[in-house]
Amino acid sequence: MRFEGTAHRYGRDVDTDVIIPARYLNTSDPAELAKHCMEDLDAGFVGKVKAGDILVAEENFGCGSSREHAPISIKHAGVEVVIAKSFARIFYRNAINTGLPIMESPEAVEGINDGDTVAVDADAGTITNVTTGATYQAQPFPPFIKGIIERGGLIASVRERMADR
Amino acid sequence: MTDGRGKTTAEKIFSAHSGTDAVAGDIVVADVDFVMGQDGTSPLAIRALERMGVDKVFDPAKVAVVMDHSSPSPIEGVSALHTIMRDFGKRTGAKVYDVGCGVCHQLIPEQGHVVPGDLMVGCDSHTCTYGAVNVFSTGVGSTDGAAAMAAGKLWFKVPETMRFTLNGELPAGVFSKDIILHIAGMIGADGATYMAMEFDGPVIDALSVDARMTISNMAIEVGAKAGLMRADAKTLAWYEGRGSRTPAPVDPDADATYAVAHTLDLSALSPQVAKPHAVDNVSPIAEVEGTPIQQGFVGTCTNGRLEDLGIAAGILAGRKVHPDVRFIVAPASKQILLDAMAAGYIQTLVEAGAAVVTPGCGPCVGTHNGVPSDGENVISTANRNFKGRMGNSNAFVYLGSPATVAASVIEGRITDPRKYFTGGAL
Repeated sequence: MRFEGTAHRYGRDVDTDVIIPARYLNTSDPAELAKHCMEDLDAGFVGKVKAGDILVAEENFGCGSSREHAPISIKHAGVEVVIAKSFARIFYRNAINTGLPIMESPEAVEGINDGDTVAVDADAGTITNVTTGATYQAQPFPPFIKGIIERGGLIASVRERMADR
Repeated sequence: MTDGRGKTTAEKIFSAHSGTDAVAGDIVVADVDFVMGQDGTSPLAIRALERMGVDKVFDPAKVAVVMDHSSPSPIEGVSALHTIMRDFGKRTGAKVYDVGCGVCHQLIPEQGHVVPGDLMVGCDSHTCTYGAVNVFSTGVGSTDGAAAMAAGKLWFKVPETMRFTLNGELPAGVFSKDIILHIAGMIGADGATYMAMEFDGPVIDALSVDARMTISNMAIEVGAKAGLMRADAKTLAWYEGRGSRTPAPVDPDADATYAVAHTLDLSALSPQVAKPHAVDNVSPIAEVEGTPIQQGFVGTCTNGRLEDLGIAAGILAGRKVHPDVRFIVAPASKQILLDAMAAGYIQTLVEAGAAVVTPGCGPCVGTHNGVPSDGENVISTANRNFKGRMGNSNAFVYLGSPATVAASVIEGRITDPRKYFTGGAL
């Protein structure tokens, strides 16, 4: 998977309440959730994000509530991949399970400014800042998690397991 | 392999539930004893089950869905989600806790669904609360929750453990909430990410089960996967008459390997307050005393238990809430509401000026029952003060103990509660 888009850069501890406030959890419709993505942190985000863009953040991205609406809202707002210095544990699992690509690379985050053009090769784990020309290597996924991703996510994995019974 | 070394509580519970010799860092597939979802997360889990092609749960006696986050429904969209949950209960036999039953994290242990030594997952981040009763319980998303509902098992990375040994004796007017806020300020919002926490020492021993739950509840606020304590005589007494299963307490080995071990003496701890908009933005109350407030809130899975309502009622007895302050109280469950009525706490709180709302999460998570106005300050017993958390991103939420909230709503500004606990003022 290769992506190229504009980076939208945020700070540390971006919590799932600001990614999608609970007052909008009265629906499970991804398109509706996408309309309010990042609203309490950056009310202009939905207006400026374009399909194929990249979200960049510092430590502990996705901390707080376990709401899976958060990765769903990011994905359906058009974001192809989130690059962070680190991810909160529940968000990390939720992103894998809902098919939102995530990459951990403190170096890349340090080297990307808001508005830079960034290219990502998710299979190779490489992140290139097209604006500056610098390339970075993300942390690889552990093999067990890579297996879930390769089987098409957790739902497909469970379907397989239940069919084997 | 363990190299003959002792194991942490987390390693022992994952070993027992996966049939392996599990040590930190291993990825295991483990049997879960219970799976829970709430009304924000269950509808997505139910939809994920449908996409998995699964029309039943692994064991209807081990699955529950709870309507607590927006309950009673404030809007038709939520009413539709509640209907999905009721239908799911009828279709699968899973337990449904409907409007008015209370907050999931009170109900699951209170109703005896989990016992010491269990492993459970819940589709809510504060599922870590039952670590206080020796359950490895952790929050997951809806798809993980659905997988666990379908198969009765889930994959886990066995966490390393950060140990906190809490020595000394808490001063009067200082509570378990102040301890966990102090720890959050000390190690930060990602200070224990991916880890389990273990709490022990004389301070924990002296706390009630209610007070211990406050600490375990907030393990997630430092990124932890669980906040574990031993099951002692108090825990086992608390379990008498709850549920039908026998507790199987798990103690860590004396030579267990800890990633980090902190020892704190809490004899001089003062009341702590988390300032907007981060739970780790903590300071001693002296630094924020006098900050005007327009709303106070006692409730939530952190501090909506009987002991908490009793502390607030003790301070407010014979006193009045400041005329410029709204004071909202949400007992954590129907049983707590009944017990608080029997103890006279509700009478006292309402006479003082409290608005008592249905047992549930409402004000904490900003769905209804007390959304603050622009520019207002709120002092709350909740576990989160993120921007917009209470439903308005232009409001400011401070977190403190039930005593701090009760003292503050009397004066209309953030107030040190210790004056109510010295010289026989109570």
